[in-house]
Amino acid sequence: MLKARQLEMKLSSLYKAGKIVGGVYVGKGQEAVSASLGGALIKGRDVYSPLIRDQAGRTAFGEDIMDCTRTYLGSQLGPMRGRDGNIHRGRPKEGLLAMISHLGAQLPMVTGTLLSRRLKGSLEGTVGATCVGDGATSTGAFHEGLNAAAVEKLPLVVVVANNQFAYSTPNDRQFACKDLLDRAKGYGVDGHSVDGTDFLDCLRGIGAAVSQAREGRGPQMVVAKLLRLSGHGEHDDGSYVPDTLRAGHVGRDCMKIAPEQLVDEGYATAEEIEAWREEITDEVQRALAKAQQEPVPDPWHEKWDAFSNNLSTTSEA
Amino acid sequence: MSITYVDAIREAQEKLLKEDPRVFLYGQDIAQFGGAFKATKGLAEEFPGRVLDSPISEDAMIGMAIGAAVDGMRPIIEMQFADFSSVAFNQIVNQAGTHFYRTGVPVPITVRLPSGGTPGSGPFHSQSMEAIYSHYPGIVVVTPATVSDAYHMLIQSVELDDPVVYCEHKFLYRWLKSNSINGDGLPLGCARITRPGKHATIVAYSAMVHEAVRAADRLKEESGWDIEVVDLRTVKPLDMDTVLASVARTGRLLAVGEAFPWGGVTAEVVSRVVSEGFHLLDAPPKRLNSRDTPVPFHPNLWAAHRPTPETICLAMRELLSF
Repeated sequence: MLKARQLEMKLSSLYKAGKIVGGVYVGKGQEAVSASLGGALIKGRDVYSPLIRDQAGRTAFGEDIMDCTRTYLGSQLGPMRGRDGNIHRGRPKEGLLAMISHLGAQLPMVTGTLLSRRLKGSLEGTVGATCVGDGATSTGAFHEGLNAAAVEKLPLVVVVANNQFAYSTPNDRQFACKDLLDRAKGYGVDGHSVDGTDFLDCLRGIGAAVSQAREGRGPQMVVAKLLRLSGHGEHDDGSYVPDTLRAGHVGRDCMKIAPEQLVDEGYATAEEIEAWREEITDEVQRALAKAQQEPVPDPWHEKWDAFSNNLSTTSEA
Repeated sequence: MSITYVDAIREAQEKLLKEDPRVFLYGQDIAQFGGAFKATKGLAEEFPGRVLDSPISEDAMIGMAIGAAVDGMRPIIEMQFADFSSVAFNQIVNQAGTHFYRTGVPVPITVRLPSGGTPGSGPFHSQSMEAIYSHYPGIVVVTPATVSDAYHMLIQSVELDDPVVYCEHKFLYRWLKSNSINGDGLPLGCARITRPGKHATIVAYSAMVHEAVRAADRLKEESGWDIEVVDLRTVKPLDMDTVLASVARTGRLLAVGEAFPWGGVTAEVVSRVVSEGFHLLDAPPKRLNSRDTPVPFHPNLWAAHRPTPETICLAMRELLSF
């Protein structure tokens, strides 16, 4: 969580300085939710498809932060090699799927990896997880993917980070049910509610959902309430978010609450947390500096290969 | 003992299920029921747990296939009708089509599209979607026109590491029969000269190959013209070597397709022949497609909506008299 916040604040500065093109999308305010999911998964066994505000989850899952800095800065040495950028990255062979921009589309894909495991006889103890926002719950893909996972009783964990806004659209223009959690019943899946500003509540609630899926109790839907503490992207100041929301319970910053909780519960001392911060600052700066010095793609040497097999008898398809 | 085009599709799937443990079938009504066209008849019993009914969720069907393929499987998805694949468009073009270029990990899915018109099927059970999927990078699009191609090209599609949209023509399902399945060993991506000729070339694919051959036979019988018919077999990528070689022999080109006339496969063929082989042409190339309306329900209207041997002959006489 600490690493994600520091990294993303640096990415934001680089974007504003014109060093990063395209966009920067940060998980400010969503770190507790995201890290709780990523941390509950087992890399090498589980499948995880993070969305745009999941830097904390990616780091907790075990993604190298160089994958992040290289993809944002277009390094040829990153997993996307300049062919895709920012949060559109992954290592599918390691169970970390690379999202497309079309919301909800990852639900069926994660579900498919789980169906594959069942067919191969290796499903036991595996979980597939993805995170979406409140906006993605309005898509057909979300509905089709969750319904299909429920029909097959596959161990899919869907975390809905209800951060109150889909870009600028508030909840009351997005859905009409009282609580998105109500939908779980309609799909025939277990529903869990967590306070997204409360790290320990996220660890407990999301951890329980992942455990239940792992135990074979079918798809799990978690709804986390929080507030996006940034714009949609770093190009957006989020001026449409009312001050009352920012000042209220959902407007609390999980990154202020988490250290207090860790100290109060005796998981860490304030000094230890401060030492982590320093260590992380160094690691983040080095990862950014390194990616900035690496080669960027060269159109003259780009293979322009959309196919893995060349069936074409001529030079172009 | 003869085998139909749809039997060949069933046999190919049976062989794939038998020989490759990575293969499974997913689609609407394909398990116990055997599919709307019986292309999976008996396979659920023969291969328990590997032929699965899906909900009516085309987006999820393709999305799940992509996930399974990335995880090492070789799914075959049956769309009940090609028309319904529009609901899965996003997953096909944005998820499957981009995946290899973006991540370096190929997506070996095969999407079966029961395509094209049959009398009385109307606007939403008759469409030809090959051009739409060919437009996007990263997707191989095949259009078998013979019983043997239906069999071999489905097996080759599943063996390929890249996503394949396999357009099978519903009109050919039971009408087209063969005494046996034999192959000439042509790989995906290669066209075939179905009927050699010297005066003009018709480039066609899928069911239109048969209409083109009928027209060519008629032109031979009535006027002595020798018309060459090229079956594209694969529309993405296009085998321009075979097409250009044929046009080099004949000097005249008519491209025939059943899909809508704006853009599409016939437009691509004509445009490439004009830009790559302008010097080979003795006459302006022509295109013949369906009419630019939704596919009509009534058989009288339907028969006049698509190219027929009559309209192909008419276009050919214009081309030959230039």
